[in-house]
Amino acid sequence: MTPHAPTQGSTIIRVCTGSGCAMNGSLEVADAFEAAIAQAGANDSVRVVRTGCHGMCGSGPIVTVAPDGVFYPKVTLDRVTRIVERLVADGGYVSEFLFRPAEDAEPIVHYADVPFNAAQRRIVLRRCGVVDPEDIDDALALGAYDGLRKALETLDPDSLIEQVKASGLRGRGGAGFLTGQKWRFTRDASGEVKYVICNADEGDPGAFMDRSVIESDPHSVLEGMAIAAYAIGAHEGYVYVRAEYPLAVKRLRIAIAQAEEKGFLGEDILGSGFCFEVKVREGAGAFVCGEETALIASIEGKRGMPKVRPPFPATSGLWGKPTCINNVETLANIAWIVVEGAEAYASIGTGDSKGTKVFALTGKVRYSGLVEVPMGMTVRDLVYGIGGGCAEGRDCKAVQIGGPSGGCLPFELLDTLIEYEALTEVGAIVGSGGMVVVDHETCMVDFARYFLTFTQEESCGKCIPCRIGTKRMLEIVTRITEGEGQEGDIEKLEKLARDVKNASLCGLGQTAPNPMLTTIHYFREEYEEHIRSRYCRAGACTALSHYVIDAGLCKGCAVCKKHCPVGAIWGELKQPHTISAERCIKCGACVEHCPFNAIKRV
Amino acid sequence: MTQAPAQIITLTIDGLPLEARAGQTVLEVCRENGIQIPTLCHDPRLEPYGACRLCIVQIEGVRGFPTSCTTRVAEGMSVTTNSPEIADLRRSIVELLLSDHELRCLSCDSAGACALQDIAYEFGIEESPYTGERHRVREGQDDNDLIERDYSKCILCGRCVRICHEVQGCDVVGYTDRGFEAIPNTPYALSLEAAGCEFCGQCVSTCPVGALTDKPSRYQGRVWETTRVESICGYCGVGCTVEYHVKDGRIISTGAPIGRGVNGGNLCAKGRYGWSFTHSPDRLTAPLVRRDGKLVEVTWDEAVRVVADNLARIRDEHGPGAVGGLASAKCTNEENYLFQKLLRTAIGTHNIDHCARL
Ligand SMILES: Cc1cc2nc3c(=O)[nH]c(=O)nc-3n(C[C@H](O)[C@H](O)[C@H](O)COP(=O)(O)O)c2cc1C
Ligand code: SF4
Ligand code: SF4
Ligand code: FES
Repeated sequence: MTPHAPTQGSTIIRVCTGSGCAMNGSLEVADAFEAAIAQAGANDSVRVVRTGCHGMCGSGPIVTVAPDGVFYPKVTLDRVTRIVERLVADGGYVSEFLFRPAEDAEPIVHYADVPFNAAQRRIVLRRCGVVDPEDIDDALALGAYDGLRKALETLDPDSLIEQVKASGLRGRGGAGFLTGQKWRFTRDASGEVKYVICNADEGDPGAFMDRSVIESDPHSVLEGMAIAAYAIGAHEGYVYVRAEYPLAVKRLRIAIAQAEEKGFLGEDILGSGFCFEVKVREGAGAFVCGEETALIASIEGKRGMPKVRPPFPATSGLWGKPTCINNVETLANIAWIVVEGAEAYASIGTGDSKGTKVFALTGKVRYSGLVEVPMGMTVRDLVYGIGGGCAEGRDCKAVQIGGPSGGCLPFELLDTLIEYEALTEVGAIVGSGGMVVVDHETCMVDFARYFLTFTQEESCGKCIPCRIGTKRMLEIVTRITEGEGQEGDIEKLEKLARDVKNASLCGLGQTAPNPMLTTIHYFREEYEEHIRSRYCRAGACTALSHYVIDAGLCKGCAVCKKHCPVGAIWGELKQPHTISAERCIKCGACVEHCPFNAIKRV
Repeated sequence: MTQAPAQIITLTIDGLPLEARAGQTVLEVCRENGIQIPTLCHDPRLEPYGACRLCIVQIEGVRGFPTSCTTRVAEGMSVTTNSPEIADLRRSIVELLLSDHELRCLSCDSAGACALQDIAYEFGIEESPYTGERHRVREGQDDNDLIERDYSKCILCGRCVRICHEVQGCDVVGYTDRGFEAIPNTPYALSLEAAGCEFCGQCVSTCPVGALTDKPSRYQGRVWETTRVESICGYCGVGCTVEYHVKDGRIISTGAPIGRGVNGGNLCAKGRYGWSFTHSPDRLTAPLVRRDGKLVEVTWDEAVRVVADNLARIRDEHGPGAVGGLASAKCTNEENYLFQKLLRTAIGTHNIDHCARL
């Protein structure tokens, strides 16, 4: 055992240094813990481990204390000394720094009892937030590369592929293709040279599960790649990761170097004679480069533009060779399946959706972050049970699942199961796992506009329906949010959406209309209100609302007048004031400053 | 080596049982059999690309609308090339294109030879139901005497980019920007010349619309006013098939019929743009012989006799070493062979060289 391994009886303070917590100052917090431990003379009994993400990014910096699993959210520098003092004194915790589900609620002491964690099932994220991602020994102590060892020592490639097939694992990158089947195709494809590619492009806005996995437990991904390579007969692999993820790139490089040194990558792995080398390729952050043929073009040094399939990468991929391309999360499942067995994996989930799925839960939800849940859970259990529902006890209005390719489920459909088929039926997709919760302050037309803006900008421009069709849809939707919608626009949008879906070359165009289509389907009246009554019920479309001062409440204090940047407010002191609709730029400064809440947006 | 005959595949297209060779695309088989499918991004000189989506068909057992230009035939395949859904999708695609196209057909040199115009005509589209922004026209591209680039008319079929890469190996133009702003251009929007353009005009030859046109023939004549005269390019021994576009007895531009001759539709800079000498007043149109210090027009027989007599005289008076021959790349291999034979056997000298070594 190495000094960093979590040995029995020793105390470890785990400070999350994932991107979210680091941004909230966790790196300084970790340093402070070390200083405080030294000060208390406890260097021998207490250690600090800098881990990757726990998922609870909204509550960072996150600190847990092993072996008891005491959980401290939002740990600021000024809390460090007291936590250490108490720990050194009697091994106890500081109650007032513990997590409370509500202000007046009893604190929850242990990490595992926090509702955010209690309902999760962590396979992909099994070591995330636990191990130091820059120290392979930490990961090894928790079973890293056991799967690779087992595969090399006890399974031939064919039975390995059968295992993965039997587990029911489907690709987590969006399309949900059976992973074992893909491996089978690649293995069976003719050719001496084959490649494994890990797709870590993760371009969907709001998605960060792949980044988190790589930042927190890069070895789970590398191990998955090595097992895949053994299964399909590849000796070279690439991780295609966006350059905007510098920490992930750095940790990946460290992990590769450490794994090579320990003999888990490179020549003659674990004495089996099998060789496998992994290279990192940084992408320049184009969403379309997550599409497999565009990704391959990008690795080849060409412009990232999709190609018509077939041929599929499994038969003709990177440099024309059979290539198995899998998502980060897909690969992070593999070692677990090999170690625990296909049946164990298939026992989680439902029908055609086995295992777990990681979601990036964001938006108007109380506890946002990364969650891993068994397939077959309802969307409601995820949003309310784990995410704690909407902030301030409001009802959520809709949940967007699957990012810019996905769909928007209304509140009434939250009991839909998280399954490939069930979600597709209601117009959403499991997709890569983005989940955005919105409440009544979000205008659904504006929401659709947001996603269309993204897909339009990210369209590669190759095919006509996607390049021009998304542009025209965006223009019409924008017009509607600006109060210039016309009768017939909704029908025009529906027709365009159908055409773009049917005629586009790649998945980007084929799914780009989904957010808009589902919002039209479930929130048609909001579109109609915008068009017919020039009314936005969410008050989000600035062109459709204006500010008025309630003369009954206004005391004529003139505070609003002082804060209006364009001089749109006038009135005598102590007399009700008025806002000029022509001048007003709807910045809302007056509303913020009025001490009597006399200004309303209507 | 003899090639094994291609495997024959039977398939059904629009209910017709047909035979095809393995490896052919559905589009190729349709065209061979007179089945019309509209295309914009297809050029037989290039690899299948599948960008314009106009050539979509339906294939039994295949989801959605695959593109016929990229789909290889398979045994037993059953293809429908036209259905109400296909027609509707194709129409929408053209409507979308037209909403982003500078409709300046009145003064466009490609009018009459424009694939977009033809397809819009075929579908009877008077006006696009869609309006909105049109993609930017870039300034400063009028930087040479041969190729006119007007990207406000570009439909992004990618043919210019691909021919420059796949056929010429030059990579002068590529795609720049993304989404609606995507456009072919040189790196950093350099001038064509600075980007290494050889001015073969292959991009012009493949552009299906008026985005790339020949500058020398601008406003010189409409397509329907010209006659097409097939000929062999006189520039070098390759003997490319060319097609001169002739108006009022004068060449105004050159093309090469796709699939014909040794060049199959490709031309180099000289073949495409180097024809202005044809109508030069300085051009020699008959052999001349100098008599009493003056050049006099003679028949070919006379001219050849003068040359033969003089060569024989020089050889006899000064020996074979006094004669040397310089062969030309404008001649064919066979002509060059005969020329060295003439010098070596009739004259008796090894003084023979070729302009290609200069
Ligand atoms: C526009 C577009 C973007 C995509 N982005 C990603 C991505 O960021 N990460 C990813 O793993 N898959 C992405 N995919 C899916 C990939 O094409 C591919 O299906 C996937 O990487 C296969 O791996 P899997 O079978 O493990 O899911 C994208 C697809 C499309 C059409
Ligand atoms: S659908 Fe969009 S992203 Fe995909 S090839 Fe067409 S233009 Fe490019
Ligand atoms: S310039 Fe012509 S050939 Fe090139 S992409 Fe545009 S339309 Fe196609
Ligand atoms: S000709 Fe097939 S997609 Fe353009």
